[in-house]
Amino acid sequence: MEQAAIAPPAGGAHASTPVHAGHGDHETSTGVTNTKLAMWIFLSSECLLFGALIATYLLYRGRSKGIEPADVYNIPFTSATSFILLMSSLTMVLALAAIQRADYRRTKIWLVATALFGMTFVGGQVYEFTEFVRQGVRVDTNLFGSSFYLLTGLHGLHVTVGIVWLLSLWGLTTQGRLQQKDSETIEISGLYWHFVDVVWIVIFTVVYLIPR
Amino acid sequence: MNLIRTARRGAKSPLILGLALTFALAVAGCSSNDNGQNSLKPAGRNARLIDDLFIPVLIVASVIGVLVVAATVVFAIKFRHREGKDDNPKQIHGSTPLEIGWTIVPALILAVVAVPTIATIFKIAEEPKGEVLEATVAGKQWWWEAEYKKQDKVSGTNIDQSIVTATEIHMIAGVPLKIDLKSDNVIHSFWIPELGGKQDVIPGRKQGITLYADEPGTFLGVCTEYCGLSHANMKMRVIVQTKEDFNAWMAGQQQGPAQPWTGEIEELTGATFACTNCHLFNDSSKTAYAPNLTHLASRSTFAGGVFELNRKNLVDWILNAPGMVPMQAKDCRLPPPATCVGMPSYTKDTPKGDYPVMTRAQAETIADYLLAEK
Amino acid sequence: MTTTLTVPKVKRSIFRRPRATTGFRSWFTTVDHKKIGIMYATTAMVFLVIGGIEALLIRLQLAAPNGTVLTASQYNTMFTMHGTTMVFLMGMPLAVAFGNYLIPLQIGARDVAFPRLNAFGYWVVLFGGIFIYSSFVLGGAPNGGWFGYTPLTSSPISLGALPGRGPDFWTVGLIMLGIGSTTSAVNFIVTILNMRAPGMTLMRMPVFCWMMLVVAFLTVFAMPIVTVALTMVWWDRNLMSNFFNAAAGGDPLLYQHLFWLFGHPEVYILILPGMGIVSEILPVMSRKPLFGYSVVVFSGIAIGFLGWGVWAHHMFVTGLGPVAVSAFGLSTMLIAIPTGVKIFNWLGTVWGGSIRLNTPMLFSLGFIAMFTIGGLSGVLHSVVPADTQQTDTYFVVAHFHYVLFGGLVFAIFGGIFYWFPLLYGRFMNEKLGKVTFWLTLIGFNLTFFPMHILGLEGQARRTYRYSEGMGFDALNLAATVGSFVIAVAVLLLLVNILVSRRHGAVAPHDPWDARSLEWSVSSYPPPEYNFEEIPQVEARDEYWHRKYTEDESGRLVRLPSGGADAPSAGAVATLEPDGGGEGGAVVPSGGGHGAGGHGIHMPSPSYFPILMCAGLPVIGYGVVFQNWYLGALGVLILIVGMYAWALEPSSE
Repeated sequence: MEQAAIAPPAGGAHASTPVHAGHGDHETSTGVTNTKLAMWIFLSSECLLFGALIATYLLYRGRSKGIEPADVYNIPFTSATSFILLMSSLTMVLALAAIQRADYRRTKIWLVATALFGMTFVGGQVYEFTEFVRQGVRVDTNLFGSSFYLLTGLHGLHVTVGIVWLLSLWGLTTQGRLQQKDSETIEISGLYWHFVDVVWIVIFTVVYLIPR
Repeated sequence: MNLIRTARRGAKSPLILGLALTFALAVAGCSSNDNGQNSLKPAGRNARLIDDLFIPVLIVASVIGVLVVAATVVFAIKFRHREGKDDNPKQIHGSTPLEIGWTIVPALILAVVAVPTIATIFKIAEEPKGEVLEATVAGKQWWWEAEYKKQDKVSGTNIDQSIVTATEIHMIAGVPLKIDLKSDNVIHSFWIPELGGKQDVIPGRKQGITLYADEPGTFLGVCTEYCGLSHANMKMRVIVQTKEDFNAWMAGQQQGPAQPWTGEIEELTGATFACTNCHLFNDSSKTAYAPNLTHLASRSTFAGGVFELNRKNLVDWILNAPGMVPMQAKDCRLPPPATCVGMPSYTKDTPKGDYPVMTRAQAETIADYLLAEK
Repeated sequence: MTTTLTVPKVKRSIFRRPRATTGFRSWFTTVDHKKIGIMYATTAMVFLVIGGIEALLIRLQLAAPNGTVLTASQYNTMFTMHGTTMVFLMGMPLAVAFGNYLIPLQIGARDVAFPRLNAFGYWVVLFGGIFIYSSFVLGGAPNGGWFGYTPLTSSPISLGALPGRGPDFWTVGLIMLGIGSTTSAVNFIVTILNMRAPGMTLMRMPVFCWMMLVVAFLTVFAMPIVTVALTMVWWDRNLMSNFFNAAAGGDPLLYQHLFWLFGHPEVYILILPGMGIVSEILPVMSRKPLFGYSVVVFSGIAIGFLGWGVWAHHMFVTGLGPVAVSAFGLSTMLIAIPTGVKIFNWLGTVWGGSIRLNTPMLFSLGFIAMFTIGGLSGVLHSVVPADTQQTDTYFVVAHFHYVLFGGLVFAIFGGIFYWFPLLYGRFMNEKLGKVTFWLTLIGFNLTFFPMHILGLEGQARRTYRYSEGMGFDALNLAATVGSFVIAVAVLLLLVNILVSRRHGAVAPHDPWDARSLEWSVSSYPPPEYNFEEIPQVEARDEYWHRKYTEDESGRLVRLPSGGADAPSAGAVATLEPDGGGEGGAVVPSGGGHGAGGHGIHMPSPSYFPILMCAGLPVIGYGVVFQNWYLGALGVLILIVGMYAWALEPSSE
């Protein structure tokens, strides 16, 4: 992202070197860089987004008429894709560790691995949706259909955005434009990625596992 | 601490107190408005409970309001800078005792207000005791339908058969009317100000309201939740009667139509103009999509309570209802699944095909029939 | 202006990076928080006029019984758009305008944390506003009310409860605006938490910054909730989902919970900036510090917290049951306490001061009085049984206009007069200003006070006509007359702004003898980099303490060290700002812009915020008309803009 340049004037009384804008390595009042702080705030906002959706799902659970979640769920399959998504958090951590020690080859490998895991998850979700529709759960079928597709669909959208982001970072690393000193860029994308994973744990528990 | 003293002086000042009281009484005094829809003219238990709570709180709030506004004005004038006056005022950064004081005092006032508030909430929520008349009122776009199912809980009444009416709800003075409120379309809100607060009517939820009225009379109300195009034209009235009058009205409603609904009138309202798609003409015991017209002439208003029921209004209405109350019913005469909200214009919204335009004479025939159905 | 000229030409950009920081084109590419602030303000004022015209049409229609100025359908559109405009396109952007311009200056920063994101947020508001208003020519304007209750708004288009595309424009447009306000809120939070000058501890911050911090947090947490609600409305209307479809078991009341869980914090999002502005003006014009600074700050925070626990007081007649309404009645009473504390502290500030009764001060005093009335009628609503009579009547209309107009708008008008010299180096016309104030005050009370009585007498809201013989005629006519008095006042204000920009009396440096750092800048308007040297902050009301001290008895004593704005001993300014001191001078001594700004890296202008933002309305039209090609095009624009943005260094 970006930073306002608040470097003191060159040759000013303060001896700090003029900092080129764009890199968050100057001091901030809290000690946390601007971008990281912004990501945390954004994620707290996202918590309420998913919170509202999960609350809606819970409120409507068991009030549907017609086809029931239990009729269509394939818990082993979804558990497997969920596990893969969780594993991607591990590879995300490894990617960050790699760039922090300037191991760009492994950085690239782990970034791609994370993205691939994410794609597997999204692919699984696409399969699951098609299968559900085939079995008669559509958005307009009943409350379950409406609240299920909105909640999991929006989560899938978040994963997709994350995949695009990771692949972009992979591209930058390949071009050598993401260096050890830029490791925070990966750290921040990691924050987002871990958040999306954690949200899925909640969704998976609430939507799939809690017996009704 | 000067501040406290001034505030105290202010509170003692008969001028300010007088102002506040005048103001509060002026507001309360607007209860002189005799429009039948004035929340400050309570005419039954619940409305009176609310009024007895509201007026004292209003007076307290007015006193505080006048004090603060007066303080603002007085301070601004008293401490304004003038030429030659010292321009370096004492720098006061705050005062802990004052802060504590003006936190605690309002809190105490509010605590005092809270007690009767909560008591009143629960009093109003109480189930009515003793004899209770029951009815179901449904919010429609844009009119109210009232249904009295067969019941015998009120001694000396004759409700031995369901009746359905619209816009005008009848009840007995001194006998609570317990209403089940329902809607199958959008949210409406039921409000008869002089008989109590309002209650939203939300599709899919159970809700109700109990009306208490002391004396016979007519009390007006309006829908108070925005419910679409003609929300403003969704009125109703509650007619409070003695038991004898109520029984007479009920007996009339329970009868079939006074004139046979056959021949020309059946042809006109049925095959020709399809009024019967939505209305009922010859059975007051059933609900319909649109107001039940079996005893239309027993009502004083129609069309969501907006118009007085007379021949001219009714003929105009039958010919071109959307010209009098905006509606969304252009496709009304088309076969299902055409949807409509309200009445079509029989002079303007004529779909292509075999849909005749209504003549004034035809409308008058229908109106004359309806006006004879007391 | 000259600060970015040392930049070499950059090869990476798709097209050449914009450089100009002046001129017409620069407004499209600027990332300067001050320019963006002015753009926000200008846009918001335009929407103020539009929303005002809608209000006048409403009042004309209601001037007499059975009015025929508007049809029912037009009237419903007008009150929907009046509310939507005033809340989302006037109130919030105007508050953000003040925040944008002032926060960096008040905390001693050179810009906000994310200048390009800041520009993006602005373009979202502009494009979102245009998007919503384009519905007037593209298939019907919104007509479901600014609150958009389901199932009226959510019943499928084919069923025709609200025919036309209006509600779709409304839902999609508000989601778009939500994106904009979330980005600007994140930006404000990071700026305030992270970019404070050395020594500017949180408890030394001007109250306005504090209030904007609270507002930003409220925005960040409230917007996602309404986004969810609006998304479900759109799904129900267009995809036939069942969220609010009672026939399928859905609960229309869920929408109200979600909407007001957003909507009540939204009220504080609108009013807290006004409280902040007033907390700046009152001390300056009274020549006294704010009474009980920390109490004012903490009561603002308390309001922010409690604001999340009162939403159901908008729903007292929905049938929540006596226990729930009692609880929410109590929490609503509770929130009156910190609000009252603020009012008393403002009065304490005025007490014993040496008050300049100029236009900013008059508006601030008007704020206290009018907001108090609005607050007290709010307390009446916490008395739940009374609320069951008053809700959805004109009493409520009176109440929230006293809070939002008497509160926010009075404060903002005062703020405009107060900060105008900082923006343009000139005063607004004071005589005209006083006329504006009195017209506003009189017109406002004439319009809205009678509505209390009308509501109690049974006039319902959102009704396009009332019958003769209800006794509503005289008071409605009074309200209509009052609304035109307000219109004249607003017109005078706009004329005053436009004329004074170029022809107003030249303002000396530090014209109000102010307390906060924005007035310490070397020239009015401030240079692009704000401060030659990042200020070193030693005290609350830093700028004041550079000029004054107190003797033992607490009396004010001017520091001997020179002119109106001599820096205090503690300041580490290496440049001597305005050494002459005696009035008039508005440029720094020494080399002026060139020398002052040399070597300060400022973020460079950029095409990409506006480009990326241009994708949003395209997506919006795609969604509303369910034209997925259009939607894909919008996403493409968005992605191109995003990549170009991400790859472009923020300054070169």
